[in-house]
Amino acid sequence: MELKTVVFYVFAAIMLFAALRVITARNPVHAVLYLVLAFFNAGGLWLTLQAEFLAIALIMVYVGAVMVLFLFVVMMLDIDIARLRQGFWSNMPLAVTLGVLMAGEMALVLSTDYFGTTSFPDQAMPADYSNTKELGRLLFTAYVYPFELASVILLVAIIAAVVLTLRRRKDVRHLDPAAQIAVKHTDRIRVVKMAAEKEPE
Amino acid sequence: MIALHHYLVLSALLFAIGVVGIFLNRKNLIVLLMAIELMLLAVNMNFVAFSHYLNDLAGQLFVFFILTVAAAESGIGLAILVVLFRNLSTIDVDKLDSLKG
Repeated sequence: MELKTVVFYVFAAIMLFAALRVITARNPVHAVLYLVLAFFNAGGLWLTLQAEFLAIALIMVYVGAVMVLFLFVVMMLDIDIARLRQGFWSNMPLAVTLGVLMAGEMALVLSTDYFGTTSFPDQAMPADYSNTKELGRLLFTAYVYPFELASVILLVAIIAAVVLTLRRRKDVRHLDPAAQIAVKHTDRIRVVKMAAEKEPE
Repeated sequence: MIALHHYLVLSALLFAIGVVGIFLNRKNLIVLLMAIELMLLAVNMNFVAFSHYLNDLAGQLFVFFILTVAAAESGIGLAILVVLFRNLSTIDVDKLDSLKG
């Protein structure tokens, strides 16, 4: 076996094992860490497909940002794991039947040569080919509007996440800067006019 | 020799694991979100594999956009999860029945 085949099978086996542990792990923190492992191995597989930019982006953006966000939330919440695990195994027969059927059918269809998926030639890129450069060239020419739309989607996500989790606590005293700025001097001092009185003799 | 169908079968397996995860963790909303991430990863794997074997970079650009949308999705999903936990003190999906649907 050549090296690429060995690398593929090792990465694929670790990724599938990690994915199985994600859905069966008792502790949600362990599930997140196994998901990180699965993403790492997927990044490795993408490297064997010569998609270097996406492999690095997957590891840096996904593992570095999104998975850490998951980890934050899992650790912030005080979850009663025992209650959530109730009925975990009762769905097992149906779930496994369905999963095996789906995977088996797809494997059967894809492994035959009906769609020609077994006979695509392996594309070997020249040594000076830069995946990042080519992606960037396409991204800023033909796909520049989708690129800008993606930034709008991210902005919407930022605002949505902030607005959803924003709350004003009732039990904390705080200053209202708007009220402080809007205050007038007449609100602070009241001049009371009163008639001058003669001092008693 | 690794051909296209190896990657396709691998991502089919990964997708099936994601579906099984949704069935098994009917109550735990966090693991449901993670199962969705697994299924998205399987789809992305397909895109990258086709992009490589057909020598067409459009597939990799699609993966780029899917990653963007998936990051937004999990960010908003986790924000909803936090709000849910604040109001119900649990992330049990069965307790999400205040609309009586």
